[in-house]
Order: sequence, then structure tokens, then C-alpha cells
Amino acid sequence: MKNQRRTTSFKRALFELLSSMRFAIGLLTVLAIASIIGTWIKQNQAYPDYAFEFGQFWFQIFETLGIYDVYHSGWFLTILAFLMLSTTLCIVRNGPGFLKDIRSFRDKASANSLAAMHHTELLDGIADRQAIETRLAAEGFRFKVNEREDGSLLIAAKKGSWNRLGYFFAHIALVVICIGGLLDGNLPLKIAEMTGRVVPETRSLPQSQIPEQSRLSAGNLSFRGNAEIAEGHSADVVFLNAGQGYLVQELPFIISLKKFSVDYYGNGMPKSFISDVVVTDKATGKETAGKIAVNHPMIVDGIAIYQASFGDGGSRLRFKAWNLERPEQAPAEIEGISMNSQPLKANGRDYTLEFSALKVFNVEDMGKAKSTDTSFNQRLKDAREVRHEKQLKNVGPSVSFKLRDTQGQAHEYLQYMSPIRQDDANYLISGMRARVDQPFQYVRLPLDDDFSITTFMRLRAALANPAIYDVVAAKSAEKALQGNAISPEMKQQFAGTVKWVLTLFAQGGFNGLEKFLTEKVPADKRQGVAQTYIKILQGAVIDVMEVANARAGVPALKNDAEHYRFLLDGLVGYSALREYGSPVFLQLSGFEQLQATGLQLTRSPGKNLVYLGSLMMVIGIILMFYVREMRLWVLLSGGTTRIAMSANRHSRDLAPLFSRFVAAVKTTVRGK
Amino acid sequence: MELAHSDLPRSWTRQLTLADGLYALFIVLATALVEWRLGTFMDGYEHAILFGAGAGLIALGWFWKAWRIFFPVVGGVALLAVNAYHGDLTRGQQTFWLKYLLSSQSSIMWMCTLFFLATGVYWAGTLGRSELLCRMGSWLTWAAATMGAAGMFTRWYESYLIGSDVGHVPVSNLYEVFVLFCLITALMHLYYEARFQARQMGAFVLLVISAAVGFILWYTFDRQAHEIQPLIPALQSWWMKIHVPANFIGYGAFSLAAMLGVAQLLVLGGRLQGRLPSAELLDEVMYKAIAVGFLFFTIATILGAMWAADAWGGYWSWDPKETWALIVWLNYAAWLHMRLVKGLRGKPLAWWAVVGLMVTSFAFVGVNMFLTGLHSYGGL
Repeated sequence: MKNQRRTTSFKRALFELLSSMRFAIGLLTVLAIASIIGTWIKQNQAYPDYAFEFGQFWFQIFETLGIYDVYHSGWFLTILAFLMLSTTLCIVRNGPGFLKDIRSFRDKASANSLAAMHHTELLDGIADRQAIETRLAAEGFRFKVNEREDGSLLIAAKKGSWNRLGYFFAHIALVVICIGGLLDGNLPLKIAEMTGRVVPETRSLPQSQIPEQSRLSAGNLSFRGNAEIAEGHSADVVFLNAGQGYLVQELPFIISLKKFSVDYYGNGMPKSFISDVVVTDKATGKETAGKIAVNHPMIVDGIAIYQASFGDGGSRLRFKAWNLERPEQAPAEIEGISMNSQPLKANGRDYTLEFSALKVFNVEDMGKAKSTDTSFNQRLKDAREVRHEKQLKNVGPSVSFKLRDTQGQAHEYLQYMSPIRQDDANYLISGMRARVDQPFQYVRLPLDDDFSITTFMRLRAALANPAIYDVVAAKSAEKALQGNAISPEMKQQFAGTVKWVLTLFAQGGFNGLEKFLTEKVPADKRQGVAQTYIKILQGAVIDVMEVANARAGVPALKNDAEHYRFLLDGLVGYSALREYGSPVFLQLSGFEQLQATGLQLTRSPGKNLVYLGSLMMVIGIILMFYVREMRLWVLLSGGTTRIAMSANRHSRDLAPLFSRFVAAVKTTVRGK
Repeated sequence: MELAHSDLPRSWTRQLTLADGLYALFIVLATALVEWRLGTFMDGYEHAILFGAGAGLIALGWFWKAWRIFFPVVGGVALLAVNAYHGDLTRGQQTFWLKYLLSSQSSIMWMCTLFFLATGVYWAGTLGRSELLCRMGSWLTWAAATMGAAGMFTRWYESYLIGSDVGHVPVSNLYEVFVLFCLITALMHLYYEARFQARQMGAFVLLVISAAVGFILWYTFDRQAHEIQPLIPALQSWWMKIHVPANFIGYGAFSLAAMLGVAQLLVLGGRLQGRLPSAELLDEVMYKAIAVGFLFFTIATILGAMWAADAWGGYWSWDPKETWALIVWLNYAAWLHMRLVKGLRGKPLAWWAVVGLMVTSFAFVGVNMFLTGLHSYGGL
């Protein structure tokens, strides 16, 4: 008996605690603090990234705590569940009283309680009942007249009872929103994972080989997953992230991408991403065509399809492969597919070519990077203008790839396809880096009159070919003699020097020359010798080109400043290619772009509940804050009139309202 | 019996005057004009927003009489700017009036200057107990709000001069919403100071506005953030027109409440004795501001969720900005419970409102500075 009472009182106390406001406020605070965690630590990243960031020790602790997906962790959902429980109990606890209060006119109020109210007034004499009732009705009060046994008469009036309904709206709204949210959250999936009915797949398998235990049927109530589809391809499943692995969600339809298009603004910013799709129902075969754009999802079978991302779907690439170690060879044609890798055999060695995405547009701001004029007037002028000068230029398509040798060492390259004009000359530009965290170093290869690198490559082959050095050296010496730069007896020696410089440069480029100078020439003579060598080289390159062109049977270069500049750039290009780190120079010569769209597919049955709850919340807040509940009593008793007023909130305009009412009643008082 | 009727508070419709009618007519005509001139460029939602805005403007003017003058004046100034442009943006740097007063940037710079002046004048008036100076502070604030609002409308027009596909309502990046923040906070203050006859509140409210103005100036001169950029695809939605302003009514109201909390704490601590309104009055205005802020913040968060459902594929993604909006909401929900249910008053709530400003500021600016997420277009 006693025991039972203790249990009841414990239950009672628990109920009191859970439904108390103290507890609710505590929960709100805990929820707020818990929410902060997930905003500081990036959620749902790849697990190895976390392990790298926090170290193995903390990584495991954080994983146990569910820090990587805070908002779906067990403890967070528990807080939400408690908030729901607390709010529900609060409604259960206060609801009946509130409802009674809304209906009641409080017509049992005693004379004493009326006298104790904040706004109260006692008038001598009896006011006119009829007049009071008319007045109350005119002011929008509803009232009840209670003729008591002691002969007194109480008019109890009220207005704005809707205010209390606001409480119900707002608090039920919170519960409704939580239910909707939990429906759409992965709660059912979490339970299925915990019971082992569903096991995330961690291996990278072709879609068709993923086992049944990692697949979710098309009937699944709620999900959110991603599908990447290339143009001309289709998908009938989406992948869901699940901790360390993923799950496959079957779709009731097949979605095919006909075309993906990106539109750009004048300044190169993307303006729109549009997927042109056809959705085919698996059961009926019915086809629905549609366009999906950002902010304009397509809804099929209750599944909403969103434009989420885009990428390269595996474009066909064509390259001219220039063998850098056999410069005399004509370039070979090779083909590749972006976002894929393929083997490459060069000069008997094996490599792997790993292509990244093809970029068709590269818009760069060629204008002044930042206003160099920092005077006050210029700054004021800048501040006044909402449009700033830019020199935007599309430098054309590019592709990047890694070339990996059998030891796993790789260099990364970035190849531009179109001629790029820099400093009033045209170049083919290629970026190279040995490590991903370094910036690209750019190699500029000068283009000939046909915007081709063929002439440069011919020059390069000739520079690297010792067989022609004698001819070149003789030509250079002859020219020097004619120009009276040397005396006839020095001719032989000069030719020797030309040959020597050419050999040095061919083997080591400018760096090779420099190395030789530092190692073999005394410091005080170094600069003079260097200048001589450079001069000789700059003269000899003209002859190298002449010989090379003559042998190839093509016309000689024009003898002007522009073409001389071409030759000097050729020397720089030759030198740079020596440190290129690749046996081949892959010149991007053509492509067929194939784009891919990233779609997000969701089914969220809780959405409408959440929206309903939101609407209720707004109505509730408006009722609570902007409808004032007011009660008025007029007690006619024993030759006096007692007027009292109460409101659920103190506000400064209540007092004048009350005195106006009192004054109005006063005018009707009789029998003084 | 007849007497009982004589001083009956008149119903709101009967309180309307001829001026209210004329104002409403003006708004109706303006709405019709916009519909006639630009209706073909709008979709269904935008038509709804246009008519909703018309109705809202009429209601606001009837509710707050000063608005009936403020809004037409703002419209007039903006139309002067539009007229001066003749559809050519380069005139902004050539025509005298545009260059020094009417172009959006000049207007906004004037707004900044006038807000700084108003802050000083309010403080002088409050410390020197000068009603005249406080009144001047009000006028300067009105002038600043006029220039700011007109500047925003002009900026809207200018964006279309840059390119017809670039044009958009100027609430799309951090620079634009900071101007909006100053504007809304100032207007709310002007309403409350007239309603409660307590101009000294301006000394405090204008401080937070001045801080925002300081940010605008740094952002303009150091970062050139005032440049009009086209909208990224995610922002190309009519939702932006209602989500962002609703949010900033919330932010503005919470900031105003926090500054009144500071004033209240000073009064309760015996500082500035006799120079500030009573603690009770400050408390009441603070409550009213938080109540209205909470309502609009709730609406804004819901609108944001509905927009997110269209743009990101889910009404709630626990994106840092969303999460911090929830934290702000929870904070003020707790505040309101303490006041309305527990009946808490005075120092604790005033302190809480001040702390609330920290939370709000973090949600507004801090998230953009320190955290990355889907809202990254508001980045610094």
C-alpha cells in the first residue's frame, strides 16, 4: 500500500518535472548548445578526413559520440524526443485548465477578489445594467450576467480569449514539426541499421553487384540521395551516405539525362544549370520529359528531383603526343577519356595517365588585379560606382591530368588548348607541378604563323641534334666575320665556341649554362662570359632554325623582330621543357564534351506536416502576442458599483482604457 | 444610455482620416502603374508579392502615420534618380545630382553620414537633457532612413542598367543586407520613440546602427563589396524577396531590444539618472521589440525552409546558417517564456537581451566569417 503510494508520487513527480517549464527551458538550452557543435565541425565528411584532422585517438572518441553527424546521432534525437515529450506533457498538464478558462466567464468572482485587482474602482450608487451591457457589446466584449442569491448582480465580461488558443497552436505546432522532422530524418533507417537488417556497403563495387542487405526498396518511406548521370546515360538508383559506407536506394523509375546545359553571365559567372531529363516509370513505362534547374525541382511519384551539382561525364579527348626524348619524331595521336585513367607506354617505360575534368571555359580577369591608385579621390570614385571595369577573357578549354610512373610518382599537368596571347605574342601554355599542394609552373611554347607549335618543335629537335652543330657553327662564324665582329684568324676558334655553347645549352638549357659558369669560371669574369655566351646563343639560334627549316623543306622564317622574338621564346621553351618531368608533351588537340549532372532525389512525407506545424506556430505566436485577453467585471451590490478589470499582460494603455470605461459607467449611476 | 456610447473607442476603420484614404489611393495607383508598366516581366509569384506589398504598405501607413509621408518621399527621391539616369549607368558619374546625391552609392554614403551625425546629436541631447537636440536626432535619423531606402531602390534600378539578366532586388549579399539592417533598425526605433515619447532611446539604438555603418564603410572602401554582382542560380528565386527582409526585421528588432537592454541596465544601475526614460518603459519597449522580432524571425525561418526545399532539396539541412537561426530562435523562445510565464523582469532579462545580440550577431555575420556552408554567398 505504502509502496504503491510511493510509486504514484514518484510518477507524479516525474510528470511534474517533465512537464515543467524549468525542464523545457533547460532542454531548449541544451538543444541550442548541442546544435553549435555541428556548425563548428563540418558534418558528413569522409571518415579519413576526420582521422587526419583529429588524430586516431580523438577520431575514435568523436566517432563514438556521433560528432560527424551530430543531428542524426542517437543522443541528439533523444534530446528532440524529450523536447517533444516535455511539450506534450505541458499541453496535457495545462490544456484542460486553459480550455476551461477560455470557456469560463469567471462569474463566481467574489467582491473581495474584485477589490484586490490591479484595475478596480468602487462607485457609490447602482449603475444602469442595460447601459453597461450595451457598452460592453459595443466594445466587443462577450458577457454573462449572474444574479446572485444575495441580490447582487455580477456582469462578467471577456474579450480576446483567442489569446489562450495561441498557446495550443504554438505548442502543438512544435510537436507536429518534430514528428514531421523525425519522419524525414533517417530514424527508421537508423533502427534498421541497428537491428542489422540493413548493412552499409563500404567496398567500391559496380552497382549491380551490391548485395541485397545494402539495398533499400523503392517503397522506402523517406530518403535523400544523389545520382550522377552523364549525358545520354540513365540511373534507376541513388546512393545514400551511411557512416563509413553507402546504401543503394532503388527508384520506382529510370531517369535519363538527354542534355545538360550551363549558361553564363557576361562576367563569366554561371547563370543557370539545366538538366533536360526523361523519367520512365518502371511499372507502366510511362515517360515524362522535363527540365530541372536550380530552384525548379521536378516531382515524380512523390519524389522530388533537384539540380544539385554538375561535372564532367567522361569527355573524349584527343592529344598530339610529342615525344620529348625523340624530338625528331612526328607527334603521335592518342585518345583518352576525362575522369578516367589509361596506360601509356613511352620509350619503353610504362606510365598511367589519370585524366581529371575537362573545362571548356576558363574565364580570367586580365584587367588590373586591383586598383593601383590608392589616392583618396580614386577610392571615393570607386565607392561611388556599382560597376567596376574588368577585362574578362575566356582563355578556352583546358584539361588536367597526372602522369604516374611504375613507382607511383606523379607529375600533374594542366594543358590549355587554344593559343593564349601574352605580352603581344601567342603561346601554347602548359602548367606543371610535382606536388598537388604547389602552384602550377607554366611553360610557354611560342606559336608560329599558323598558331602551331610545329615550328618550335622543329627548332627544339634541331637544337638537340649535335649532327648539325658544325654547319650551324660555320654559318655563325661566317656571319660574324661579315659583320666585322671577329677577325679572319679567329673564325675557327669562334666556330668552336658556338659549337661548345650549343652543346652546353642542348644538354642543360639555361640552367646548364649557369651551372657551368658557376663551376668553371672565376667569379670576377663570370658576368662577362655569361653575356658572351648568351649573345652567341641568340645569334646561333637563327642559324639553327635556318638549317632545320631548310632540311625540312619549309620556307625560312621572316627576318624581323617578331620572329626573332619567336626564336628567343623558343630558347626559353626549350630550356623549360628540360624540367618538364614528362617523356611526352601531350598537346590537347580536340574533344567531345560529355557533361554529367548531379541530381538529388528526395522523398519526404514529413514535409507537409512540418509546413502545417509552421503555419500553426505563426498563428499561435500572433494570437499570443497580439491578441490581448481582457476581463471586466461590474458588480452591482448594496447600493454600490464595483468595476474591475484584468488582462493577461500589463501594458500602459490599460489604465486609460479602464478609466474611460469607469467614466462611462459613472454617468449611468443612479440612486446616489 | 446615450452617454455610454459617446466616448466609445472608435473602431479602426472609423479612425481613418482623409489622409489615410489619399495615401491608400496613392499606393493603389503606384501598384497599378507598376503592374501596367512591368507586369509582363513578372511571374505569378511576383504578381502576388507585388499586390501583397501594396496591401502591406497601405496597412503599414494606416498603422504608423509617419510612414504615409516617409514612403512617398522615398519613392520620389528614387524616381528622381531613375529619371536622372535616362537608362544610362555612366551618367551616374557625370550628372551632378546623381554623382553627389542620388546614385545608390551616394545615397547610401549620405545615409552613413547622417546616421553618424544622428548618433552624436542623440547623445548630446540625452546627456544635455535637451529635447531640441533629441528632436534633431530624430530628424537626422529620418533623413538617413530616407536616403538609405531611396538608395536601395535606386540600386535595384541600377542593377537592371548593368544588364537585364543581372537585375535583382538588392538583398542578395552581405553589403546589401547591412544597409537593409540599418534601415529597418532605424525605422523600428523611429516608430517606438514616437509611440512611447522616449527619444533618448535613440542614443543607444543608433550605436548599433553606427557599428553597422562602420562595417559598411570598411566593406565599401577596403573590399569594394558594393559592386553589383549577378545572382548565382541558387539565389534566382522570388523567395529571396520575402525571406531576407523578414529575417532582417527579426535581426533589427533583436538588436534594438539589446540596446534598450543596455539602457535599462544603466538606469537600474543608477547611471545617467534622470536623462533616460524609466526602466519600466525601456523594459516594455524591449519586450515589444523582441515579440515582433520573434514573430518575423519565425516567419523568415519558415520561408527560408520552404525556399531551401525548392533550392537545396530539403527544408532543413542543418546548414550552419540554419542551425544558428534555430539557436537564435531557441534563445528568444526561452527569453519570452521567462518573461511571460515566469514573470521575470529587470536585470536578468536585460542582460539576456544583450547576450541575445551576441548570438544574433554571430548568426548574422559570424557564421559567414567563420563557418562554411550552403549560405556561403553571404561571405566576407
